Amino acid sequence: MEKFEKLTGIAAPMPLVNIDTDMIIPKQFLKTIKRSGLGVHAFDEMRYLADGTENPDFVLNKPQYREAQILVAGDNFGCGSSREHAPWALADFGVKAVISTSFADIFYNNCFKNGMLPIVLPQEAVDVLMKDAEKGSNARMTVDLENQTVTTSDGESFAFELDPFRKHCLMNGLDDIGLTMEKVTAIDSFESQSAQSRPWV
Amino acid sequence: MSGKTLYDKIWDAHVVQQDEDGTCLLYIDRHLVHEVTSPQAFEGLRLAGRKVRAPGRTIAVPDHNVPTTLDRAKGIENEESRIQVEALDRNARDFGVHYYPVDDVRQGIVHIVGPEQGWTLPGMTVVCGDSHTATHGAFGALAHGIGTSEVEHVLATQTLIQKKSKNMKVEITGQLAPGVTAKDITLSVIGATGTAGGTGYVIEYCGEAIRSLSMEGRMTVCNMAIEGGARAGLIAPDETTFAYVQGRPHAPKGAQFEAALAWWKTLYSDDDAHWDKVVTLRGEDIAPVVTWGTSPEDVLPITAAVPAPADFKGGKVEAAQRALDYMGLKPGQKLTDIAIDTVFIGSCTNGRIEDLRAAAAILKGKKIKDGMRAMVVPGSGLVRAQAEEEGLAQIFLDAGFEWRLAGCSMCLAMNPDQLSPGERCAATSNRNFEGRQGKGGRTHLMSPAMAAAAAITGRLTDVRDLMTEPAQA
Ligand code: SF4
Repeated sequence: MEKFEKLTGIAAPMPLVNIDTDMIIPKQFLKTIKRSGLGVHAFDEMRYLADGTENPDFVLNKPQYREAQILVAGDNFGCGSSREHAPWALADFGVKAVISTSFADIFYNNCFKNGMLPIVLPQEAVDVLMKDAEKGSNARMTVDLENQTVTTSDGESFAFELDPFRKHCLMNGLDDIGLTMEKVTAIDSFESQSAQSRPWV
Repeated sequence: MSGKTLYDKIWDAHVVQQDEDGTCLLYIDRHLVHEVTSPQAFEGLRLAGRKVRAPGRTIAVPDHNVPTTLDRAKGIENEESRIQVEALDRNARDFGVHYYPVDDVRQGIVHIVGPEQGWTLPGMTVVCGDSHTATHGAFGALAHGIGTSEVEHVLATQTLIQKKSKNMKVEITGQLAPGVTAKDITLSVIGATGTAGGTGYVIEYCGEAIRSLSMEGRMTVCNMAIEGGARAGLIAPDETTFAYVQGRPHAPKGAQFEAALAWWKTLYSDDDAHWDKVVTLRGEDIAPVVTWGTSPEDVLPITAAVPAPADFKGGKVEAAQRALDYMGLKPGQKLTDIAIDTVFIGSCTNGRIEDLRAAAAILKGKKIKDGMRAMVVPGSGLVRAQAEEEGLAQIFLDAGFEWRLAGCSMCLAMNPDQLSPGERCAATSNRNFEGRQGKGGRTHLMSPAMAAAAAITGRLTDVRDLMTEPAQA
C-alpha cells in the first residue's frame, strides 16, 4: 500500500448529504473481479448523461475540479453497501482524502485499506472548507496526516482526530494481513481454548 | 462496576488480543461469502500464497448475480455476472469452503441461507462482505458487514482488527397494532433516528414488541440496522431463538446443544448495564409506513402526504428536493394517491416464509391490478419449496404474480430483474437509493403485506383497508 503523509491538492465541493455507495459506484460496475480501473465509473449516474456523454454540471466534470484529490462532502458520506468498489473507484479517480461531518462505518474502514484518508470535522469547519473548495483550482487545500490538520488555501487550519493505529498503518503503508499473521500464536491458542469452552462453534 | 450489555459479552468472548489503545483482534466464528465482494479477496490470497485459515467456518453461496427465472439452469447470459459466479465456484472448491451452488436447493440469499442451515447461532461473531450481515444479529450474534480487504483478512486469519463501538438501546414497548409488522418497526426506527443516527453504535433492540416477534420478524428488524447507520443490530436470544435453532443441519445436537444452551441463556444485557444512547418507541404508535424519497430515513405513515423540502433543515433541504425530483412527486400529494407499476416481494429483509405468508394472506382470492408487473422472489430454495407446500405459491400465481427462483433479484438489480427509468416499484427490500433497482427506477419501501395491498389496488395502499383479519408477521 502507498504511504500517506502530506497532501496538497484541489478539493471538490459536494455538499449533498447521504452520498451513498450506489451513487459512488453503481452496481453494474461491481461485476468486475479486479480492484483497478473503476475510476472512470466513479459517480457514474451523476457524472454522465443518458447518452453517455459527460454531464457538464457535475462538479468533477468542471475543468477546475477534474484533478481533484480531496472531496469535501455533506453529512453521512459513503452510507449504504459494504462494497469496497466505492473507495477503489475514488482512489482510481485520484481522490486521496474525503472530508465530511460523518461517514458510514464500513466505508470509513474501507478507506484505510486503500491508502485513503476520511476526515471527520465539525459542521462549522466543513462549512469553511466547503467555501474554500468552491474557489476552484486556484485554492489548494493541505491535508497533513502527521499533524492531523487540514488547512485552507487562506491558511486557516482545522485539527482532526484519528485512531493512532490507523494513522500508523496509513503513514507507513502497512498491510493489515501481514501484521495479523505475526500474531498467529495468539490466534492458535484462542482457537484451542474455544474448542474447549464452545465446542459447538 | 456496571453490568455488561449483550454486545459487551459477545465481544469479550471473542477478543484474541487487545492493544493498549483499545484496538482488538477479534475472532470470527462464521464467515459468509458471496460472489460480488470476494473475488479480489481470494485473488489476494493466491498472490500471497496464503490459505483459508478455517474453511470449515467459511460458507459460500452465489446470490447477487444469479438469474431468478425458471430457466436458469441454462446458465447466466451476462458475461461479467457469469465470470463472477464461476470465480466463486472455483474459489470455493480450490479453498475447500462450504458451498451451496446455484443448482442446490439450499442456495439462496446468503443472509437467509446462514440462519436456515444453522450456521448462525447465538453468541457468535458473524461477518460477510455485505452490509446486511446485520440480519444475523436477530440470534444475538454479533454480525456485521465488511469490505473486500477485510474479507481477505478474515479468510487468511479468521480474525478482524476492530475497535469497539458504542452501545445503543432501541426499545419498542407494548404491542403492534393489526397490520403493523417488523418492517414497519425497523423503518420507523430509521425514520426517528436518521440514516446516520446509529453511526458508531451497535444497536440492541428490546422491549415487548420485539420479544413478541418471530425469528423471521427479528431478522427483518436487524437487517435494516445498517440502514440506520449502526454497525450491527442485536436481539437477545430467548426461547423463540432456541426453538428456531434446534434441529437445523449445522446447529449443535444432544449434549452439545445442552451445553450451548446453558451459555446462550447468559446472553442478555444486565439491568445495570451502561448505554451510550437510548431510543424508545411505543409499539402502539407505529403505523404501516412507506418511504417517499431516496433514503431509508424518508419514512412516513401511509396516511401522510409527501413532504416539502422546506420541512427539512440544513443539507437535507437540497437532498429532499433532489429526492422529490427523482421520485417524480409533489409536496402535499397524498401517499395513497401514488400509482405504482411494479411490485417486488423478496430480499434478505423480507424473503422468508413468514413474509410470503403475510403477503399471501392479503392476496388470497384476489387479482393484481391490470397491467401491473409483480414478482415474488423467495429468499432461498428451501423457502420456495415450503411456500409451494403450503399453497402460497398458488395464491401468488392465481393473483397474477411471477413465482421466481431464489436470489437477490430486484433488491439491487445486478441480474436482469430491473426497473426501467421512471418505473415505480412497491418493494419489500431495504434500499430506495437512486438507481438501486435499475437506473432511473423509483422505489417505495414497505412490508410484504403493504406491497401485496399495493399490487391489488395499483397504488400505495393502507393494508388495513384491505384486511379482513389481523395480518401476522
Ligand atoms: S437481498 Fe439485497 S440487501 Fe440482501 S444481500 Fe441481496 S442485494 Fe444485499
